[in-house]
Amino acid sequence: MKSVPEENQNLMKCEHMSCSYGGAPVIEGVDLTIRRGEFVGIVGPSGSGKTTLLRALLGSIKPVHGKVERLPGLRLAYVPQLETVDWNFPVTVGEVIGMSRPQRLMRPKSQNSELALIEDVLERLGLGGLLQRHIRELSGGQQQRVFLARALIQKPDMLILDEPTAGVDVRTRHEVLHVLADLNESPPHGDGIAIVLTTHDLNGLAAHLPRLVCFNRTVIADGTPAEVLQPYFLERTYGAPMEVLQHGGMPIVLEQGGDELRNRLNRSSAS
Amino acid sequence: MIVAVDLLKPFSYEFFRNGLIIATLAGALCGLIGVFVVLRGMSYIGHGLSHAVFGGAALAAVLNLNYFLGAGFWGLASGLMIGRVSRKRIIGADAAIGVITTASFAMGLALQARFGQAKRSIDAVLFGNVLGVFTSDILAVAGVGVLSVVVIIGLYRKLLFATFDPEVAGVSGVSVPAMEAVLMVLLSATILVTVRVIGVLLISALLVLPAVTARLMTNSFGRMLWLSPVLGAIFGGVGMYISWYADIPSGAVIILAGTLVFIAAYSAVGVRRRSQLAGLSHH
Ligand SMILES: Nc1ncnc2c1ncn2[C@@H]1O[C@H](COP(=O)(O)OP(=O)(O)OP(=O)(O)O)[C@@H](O)[C@H]1O
Ligand SMILES: [Mg+2]
Repeated sequence: MKSVPEENQNLMKCEHMSCSYGGAPVIEGVDLTIRRGEFVGIVGPSGSGKTTLLRALLGSIKPVHGKVERLPGLRLAYVPQLETVDWNFPVTVGEVIGMSRPQRLMRPKSQNSELALIEDVLERLGLGGLLQRHIRELSGGQQQRVFLARALIQKPDMLILDEPTAGVDVRTRHEVLHVLADLNESPPHGDGIAIVLTTHDLNGLAAHLPRLVCFNRTVIADGTPAEVLQPYFLERTYGAPMEVLQHGGMPIVLEQGGDELRNRLNRSSAS
Repeated sequence: MIVAVDLLKPFSYEFFRNGLIIATLAGALCGLIGVFVVLRGMSYIGHGLSHAVFGGAALAAVLNLNYFLGAGFWGLASGLMIGRVSRKRIIGADAAIGVITTASFAMGLALQARFGQAKRSIDAVLFGNVLGVFTSDILAVAGVGVLSVVVIIGLYRKLLFATFDPEVAGVSGVSVPAMEAVLMVLLSATILVTVRVIGVLLISALLVLPAVTARLMTNSFGRMLWLSPVLGAIFGGVGMYISWYADIPSGAVIILAGTLVFIAAYSAVGVRRRSQLAGLSHH
């Protein structure tokens, strides 16, 4: 299996992939390759098909055209967008983390290494004392880490996260990013985990990643943030003109038309 | 001494003992399955299935068929029909359940009124006839109960995962359709073995009341899973016992007992939440 972890080994490859929910395709002609240990961000406007792309990578929807190839035996784990979680469901932190464990009533001995992994994951994510809490009795960052822990216990080669920093403050965003960077470099099991995430946060998150994909129904640009965060690609992705500044070697994306909006709002509040 | 003898008196009648056993067992079984019924929003399906199965049971009686064959077949046919009608998307699943199962129920009532040998009264249909229980009924409920416990323990994590988070469960290697099918089979089996004894209304109530009461008492799925059957058993047993003395139909007492406990739990939770909020504002 993965006894010979090659650098740059392809974990997953989409070729000319199109997907739909029964009607017209929502994403079309997607070419995308994810290699072992990569850290990839996907950006694009609302409704551009980012979540759909993740579902296709996971295999929960099948392409109507083209194909997805996965490395045989590839282990995938998914951290859904927190907004999709049912927060009224009676379930504790411990129960959420435990639900992805395989159930082996007959072979209790083989669980020792598994328990060690669980303890390691809990300690890394700082969830140790929270196992009895209901999932709603946590901060946004803790909630994110609970679902991350559930994914990590499946010992994934590749972790897929949908908007892991939506609706959290700057500090929590940092915290989540640091945890992900740690996992990418030195996971609790095996060698580096490949990470694929979507985000709406161009400056706070996307610009810091090693690889970025601009996406709107298909891949519009794919490369380092410096290569991808260019006015030409951004306008094709978002359908609105954007300006890019350089600050300490990092691109910063600015919306255009901000002045006009400010003037309008100030005028209306003055009158 | 006299009081003690008096309290034990109903136990000297076999029909009471059987009724008490079946009410307690059925309460526990419905409480267990009810956890999934409530958390998955299946309560209307349970309600519908019990009505449909009743129609099938009446038909089986008229045609002189085996009860389990007739009622089981009819329940299955109604389930499939509901699926077909609602898949056309013009009519929602809830409306489809309403139409098909009430029609089936009405047919059952009509058949029973027209051809039933010992014309059972309407309230026996709605609330069951806990006092006319045979040993075979007790064995059937106990059998489905054991089956449910074994299946739910064996598939505990998968059932929880598929109920809480079907999309992620699917990509984590849990077959969500298989888990849904397992729960539908357990629910149908539960209704099949209990409807004749405890009645259509009582099943609907017992599938919901213990589970929602347990939900108010805990935030943990694991605890809810044993709390709800315990509550169901208590509602069934205590309701049955009180009905002997109050001389009220047992089904009505069981539902009322459950409702009282639910209201108590609901108010207690309200008080606790309010005092928590008050505590927060002080700090
Ligand atoms: N389950 C579904 N059934 C039918 N259409 C869907 C479904 N999910 C998404 N769509 C449609 O597919 C398109 C892409 O949606 P998707 O959720 O992938 O976008 P997104 O980029 O993730 O958006 P956001 O940034 O708002 O999360 C949208 O037009 C949406 O309406
Ligand atoms: Mg999305």
